[in-house]
Amino acid sequence: MVDAIIALTLIAVTAGLILLLTIQRNILRSELRQLLAFERLRQAIGLAVENGTRIHITLGKAGLPASTSAAGLTGLTTLERIARVSSISDRPPLATSGDGTLALLSQDTLRAAYRQINQLELYDPSRGRLTGPTSFSYIAGALPVADSENVSTHLAIGNFGPEIALLMEAGEQQESFTLAATDSLSAQAALFTSSQETLIGEELFAIPAYLNSGPVYTASLQVQDILRWGVIVTIIAGSILKLLGIV
Amino acid sequence: MRAPISTAIAIATGLLILLGAFLPIPVLLPIRQILLSWTIPVAATAGLIAILNLLSVHWRKLNSARERDYYSIFLLLAFAATFAAGLILGPTDPDFQKIVTHIQFPVEASLMGVLTVTLTYASIRLFQRKRGWLAVLFTASTILFLILLSGFLNISENIPFVKDFLAALNTLPIAGARGILLGIALGSITTGLRILIGADRPYSG
Repeated sequence: MVDAIIALTLIAVTAGLILLLTIQRNILRSELRQLLAFERLRQAIGLAVENGTRIHITLGKAGLPASTSAAGLTGLTTLERIARVSSISDRPPLATSGDGTLALLSQDTLRAAYRQINQLELYDPSRGRLTGPTSFSYIAGALPVADSENVSTHLAIGNFGPEIALLMEAGEQQESFTLAATDSLSAQAALFTSSQETLIGEELFAIPAYLNSGPVYTASLQVQDILRWGVIVTIIAGSILKLLGIV
Repeated sequence: MRAPISTAIAIATGLLILLGAFLPIPVLLPIRQILLSWTIPVAATAGLIAILNLLSVHWRKLNSARERDYYSIFLLLAFAATFAAGLILGPTDPDFQKIVTHIQFPVEASLMGVLTVTLTYASIRLFQRKRGWLAVLFTASTILFLILLSGFLNISENIPFVKDFLAALNTLPIAGARGILLGIALGSITTGLRILIGADRPYSG
């Protein structure tokens, strides 16, 4: 019971910190460090809008009931931001996924983005699609997007297996820009060799903040940093106590 | 405010499940159980709608005058055949399962083969694509752990210093993986909390 209360208190404090840092943006220094991957992503989005080419975002195969759904949710936030930014483009962004719930949410996200900028006529439900319900059928279904939809930028943001390398390599063959971020360790290793830019570990969750999606995402990133320092201090303190034979 | 009813439902559901997971309050447990049991039919319905959407996309591709894709006919025919066989024989019929798996497994195995070649080719081209210390570190660690895990150095394990050194090296990937996973876990927590407090809404209502 004590453990549960401590856990709930930690959750409440974290949620409170996110809200506080969202409202009071000046409490902590909010400058994001320069990352080449995000610079190149911004350039690629700008180029796609200028050239009238498409941005393809693939959201992975972990649906909402899965424990790894957070990566896909980050992909959805990115999709919303890109849909808004590229609304003046001739070709709106395309979202593919390997799960039904993610596919429906991607359609909903696109609709919400266009509704907010009063351009609901841009919404097309076929731009948020399921390409296959199993790991390989998902990738096999997404592969034709690389060479038939005039795509200049491929973003893989979600939970994948190593097979995502096939899509990134197909994008590379078409000389498209490829950026990948995933929570899967095996996929990260495969993506490091096959995509132009790979985000490692928690950098995945920084994408919305770097794309200026809103103050809550910057606040969330700051809270993540605070939590990380908490974990580091706890690990070091635990190690010292163990060495001293206290615990 | 965007989608107030959907937001209220999402926050209330999230809070009930969270509290039910931590606190053994008798009132919360059946509510949590009911809400969790709804997940499977809702996800299955979403899957069905998404598959119908996939079929409509391929039907449109097949009938599109500008960008006609003849490969879509294979998907539509395969779906129709599988769906019809599933309806007639039933999804648990051993013959039906045998036919499906005897097609699916070889195709997936072929894709796995293509993936192996793709990754080998991508590894060779790594330094063309990525320059810097991270690419060097990645290549060096890949080669090192390929040698270590191949068992090639097992002979030298009888030498005390080498044995300890190899054991220390073997703990490095575990430590690194744990570090990455801790970061991902923290990111997942903040992502979940953003939805729980209604700051992030991946739904329009």
